[in-house]
Amino acid sequence: MAKGIWVFVEQRDGKIKKVTYELLSAGRKIADSLGEELCAVLPGKGVAGLAPGLGEYGADKVFVLESDALEKYTTDGYANALAGLAKEKEPSAILMGCTVTGRDLAAQVAQKLGTGLMTDCTDMALEDGQLVFTRPIYAGKAFVKASCPEARPVMATIRPNVLSIEGTQAGRPAEVVAVDTATGDIRQAIKDIVLQISTRPELTEADIIVSGGRGMKGPENFKILEDLADVLGAAVGASRAAVDAGWKPHSFQVGQTGKTVSPVVYIACGISGAIQHLAGMSSSKCIVAVNKDPEANIFKVADYGIVGDLFEVVPIMTEEFKKLLAG
Amino acid sequence: MNIVVCMKQTFDTEAKIALDANGKINKQGVSLIMNPYCEFAVEEALRIKEKHGGEVTVVSVGGPEAQDALRQALAMGADKAVLVDPGMEEVDEFTTATILAKAISGLQYDIVLGGFRAIDDGSAQVAGRVAEILGLPVVNVVTKLEIADGKATATKEIEGGSQVLEVALPAVFTAQKGLNEPRYPSMKGIMQAKKKPMEKKTLADLGLDAGQVAPKVKALSYFLPSARAAGKIIPGEPADAARDLVKALREEAKVI
Repeated sequence: MAKGIWVFVEQRDGKIKKVTYELLSAGRKIADSLGEELCAVLPGKGVAGLAPGLGEYGADKVFVLESDALEKYTTDGYANALAGLAKEKEPSAILMGCTVTGRDLAAQVAQKLGTGLMTDCTDMALEDGQLVFTRPIYAGKAFVKASCPEARPVMATIRPNVLSIEGTQAGRPAEVVAVDTATGDIRQAIKDIVLQISTRPELTEADIIVSGGRGMKGPENFKILEDLADVLGAAVGASRAAVDAGWKPHSFQVGQTGKTVSPVVYIACGISGAIQHLAGMSSSKCIVAVNKDPEANIFKVADYGIVGDLFEVVPIMTEEFKKLLAG
Repeated sequence: MNIVVCMKQTFDTEAKIALDANGKINKQGVSLIMNPYCEFAVEEALRIKEKHGGEVTVVSVGGPEAQDALRQALAMGADKAVLVDPGMEEVDEFTTATILAKAISGLQYDIVLGGFRAIDDGSAQVAGRVAEILGLPVVNVVTKLEIADGKATATKEIEGGSQVLEVALPAVFTAQKGLNEPRYPSMKGIMQAKKKPMEKKTLADLGLDAGQVAPKVKALSYFLPSARAAGKIIPGEPADAARDLVKALREEAKVI
């Protein structure tokens, strides 16, 4: 007996990740087609105030799992809390964002529930009443459509930025249900958290990414990309060549051995377009390339290209965008 | 300090992917490598062994060809290898994790390492499942690992920064790029690897039957992405080109 489509609400320090809204919005349509409830599952400490607002995005019900032990994400704490509730309520599906947290949590919950998990999906749809997920393999060089025919709940993590937020209804209510939470023994003790203070969006969630490669010639030159990024409200990324040269930390890397991104606009500056880089960004909606080499591979996938010196072109782009966005 | 490393053989990162006559991924003629994230795991295991002593065992689930990746790990310095060939057409992460956990449960271990994901299916869940089955704590996407007094201090990547976690051993850790710089096997290592033990097992050898490891997830179909058509090159001097580009993004592509 199916009892609801669940969406894990990912928040840090009271701020909900955008992918949560994307999942609720897409989950709403699935729940309507199946005639099931859409439930948001919100673990944390002091997060109850976030619950009512989730109705606007489509949640019928919000399970609030409040506990001091859930203030910061830990694998054991969150997996025990979520799996415990799922064992009791037996949902038909659990969806999470494919973020560092979602990926970590989903595997533990799936194994605790003895079910299947499809990760990093880029689409979900109902086919003959069955949830079917599309996921990239070989870093997007191919795709597989997959389902979990028997085991329940069906579990999946969905990549941020691939599902659109539609049909939000201001003031739409959600039933808020406070749940007794059992976090169990938490074996991962947090000793320290170091956050880089950045006013820029997260690479995997950004609508616009400005990325630099070997053509940047040195770490100091990323300043011109940062200037452009700040005008556009964009994130800054880097190719493997730039990361391997030590110009940017690995957390900036886009590609098969870095992050896979799907922004609306990806601006590649001084990036040649090696297959391993393309794998990480070719699902971007619009690709812009600036490169000196007219033969560079990146131009084969770019919607717009400028053959030229990025040190000349990019600062002018920054000025032009500044004028455009001011006007 | 005994360490088990879960590893996977994958397609080369440069491999072009095509479908075969049955619509599945064509494996013919593709060069195979050790999953790059598993290399970080093997390297870390060797460094821990060099510092604290003990034995490094590498374990993989796959067909006979996966011996090459295991031999590479032995050549790097691992002591012995276990290869479980499930002899199944279709497997999923539940299948692989169940088999690995069963194989590991018969070994001595203080630390279990793996790559945080494989570059082929990219699912990043097998090691976590193994930890769950073995009842061990897991720390994923680790970029630094220190072992002392029966405990591990692991730095893991989180969005926008990093986190330092302490766990008691035994525990499972998955390697992220940045954890270390994997060594190349030496000629001596390659020679020695040929004599190191490589145990080959079947499901029955582990006391498992196909029903216990039957996949939960079913692949329905495979397809290749439609090739992105090359767009337009905006001509002109840098100033003109940049101006036209900004205009095109606003008025034509309507993305800014």
